[in-house]
Amino acid sequence: MTQLDFSTILPVAVLTAWACALLIVDLFIPRDRKGLTALLAAFGLALTLGISLTQVGRELSGFNGMVMLDGFSNFLCMLFLVTGLFGVAVAYGYNRRMQIERGEYYVIMLFSIVGMLLMSQAADLIIIFLALELLSIPLYVLAAFAYPKAESQEAGIKYFLLGAFSTGFVVYGIALIFGATGTTSIAKIIAEDVPAGAVDANLLAAGAGLVLVGLGFKVALVPFHMWTPDVYQGAPTSVTAFMAAGAKAAGFAALLRIFGLSVSPTAWALAPVLAVLAALTMIIGNLIAVAQTDIKRMLAYSSIAQAGYILMAFAPLNDERLRAVSVAAALFYLVAYTITSFGAWGVVMLLESAENKGLNIADYAGLGRKYPLLGTAMTIFMLSLTGLPPTLGLVGKLYLFRATVEGGLYWLAIVGVLTSLISAFYYLRVVVNMFMREGDPQIHREWWLEFTIGATAVITVVVSLVPAPLFNWAQQALIKLF
Amino acid sequence: MVSVNYYLALSAILFTIGALGVLIRRNALVIFMSVELMLNAANLVFVAFAREYGVFSGQIFVFFVMTVAAAEVAVGLALIVTIFRSKQSIDVDEMNSLKG
Repeated sequence: MTQLDFSTILPVAVLTAWACALLIVDLFIPRDRKGLTALLAAFGLALTLGISLTQVGRELSGFNGMVMLDGFSNFLCMLFLVTGLFGVAVAYGYNRRMQIERGEYYVIMLFSIVGMLLMSQAADLIIIFLALELLSIPLYVLAAFAYPKAESQEAGIKYFLLGAFSTGFVVYGIALIFGATGTTSIAKIIAEDVPAGAVDANLLAAGAGLVLVGLGFKVALVPFHMWTPDVYQGAPTSVTAFMAAGAKAAGFAALLRIFGLSVSPTAWALAPVLAVLAALTMIIGNLIAVAQTDIKRMLAYSSIAQAGYILMAFAPLNDERLRAVSVAAALFYLVAYTITSFGAWGVVMLLESAENKGLNIADYAGLGRKYPLLGTAMTIFMLSLTGLPPTLGLVGKLYLFRATVEGGLYWLAIVGVLTSLISAFYYLRVVVNMFMREGDPQIHREWWLEFTIGATAVITVVVSLVPAPLFNWAQQALIKLF
Repeated sequence: MVSVNYYLALSAILFTIGALGVLIRRNALVIFMSVELMLNAANLVFVAFAREYGVFSGQIFVFFVMTVAAAEVAVGLALIVTIFRSKQSIDVDEMNSLKG
């Protein structure tokens, strides 16, 4: 390993070492002082975030082109690390309240984040596979973390079986791509720098399709979404919040690397398929969400629908001029979704009590009157998920719709707008419940959780007022890749 | 030398059996075994094409797949054991406490 290799994966290496060390240090931290483990985990994440900040604008390629450091990976690394920081912040009080406070939680979470970081840097299908597993296997454990609670166990096993199933598709798809091109390097596949006469277009298309199915499971696209509501509902909410934001963003990182940044004609041939998948995901996710009474299930279907909106960005990719704009729109929307959904899940955690109470949408009645600030924050998150002003969700959707319309996919943009209208029904129902109905909701005052809700609410509003710097940053990050 | 197409056909059959097994069988352990079959079908494609092209990356990928599969087994069996302890059954149809 040369120094160049090492500096390419510096954030990954530092966080891995930190997680391993924390696993041992945690043994010496007494059971009632696990807050210290959380603090150390957060410190490790902050340190890695600092390292990522020093890498802004650098372009490196390490390990014979297996991993690379570029604007795209740098942007996503920071998103994952911020997700991790929020994840630790919301988990600390919640896990204690639910009596699942164990030091391993933070360590397992750190390993999952390492997988996400690696995913954003992957330049080879082998690394994509390894990173996918590195981020998924810890999540299977976390989903079942509330053992011996039956729901949590069930969520864990369902997530595991479906996750392993989807891995099978990804691996077989990669194998076919390897068969079609004779290489696993994404750059070489794109450049068609492969053994003479090797490229078999049908095999390549079949492989790309299977990879799409496998990653479709990970990011919960319709029709591969069946596990999502059960897993999101059964897993401890602190895990759900982390999973909904981080695992989805990492899945999209892989999809963007393979389909978004590639200039291979095979990937373009899949663009209409991606457009149809996006439309299906938006329609079905939003329609089923209307019927939900459990807030965790509602947000789970909402997260499925949001994946559809992000996938819209893949539809105009066969238009060369729009590639940078649409990938930047996808990155922007990922940030918007991560911030907003963390806030919304945070409010859910604040109301949830150990006996599985406080999870019905009816339990939110009167929240806005009793706790005006909390009610306002939840309203902001719901508006943002719907795509109404003045929130990040609106700006993100505008960027996505603009790319889609410029790509000539008017029907997809219309589906997007119509499904947003449907989604307004169930998001605003929560707001109506909070402010118009009488009720006496009980919340659990936890400083870090309230801090996270406040911070995400402020970011959701403030960044939406001046979105240009963030969007330009996303676009700058991509400029050298096209 | 056997043509790579035969390997490809065999692996497609194995993969289909694995995928159908996941969808049809209700025992969590058998589902898990079917997933392993899918992974091994992919391994077969890797080694067949690695020999065809005379490159090593395919064979190295197989080592990665096997290692990761072992890690998955560790987590998966632990989950199945905890479910069995509390339910005395690993039938996935009986895991139905979550619904909307």
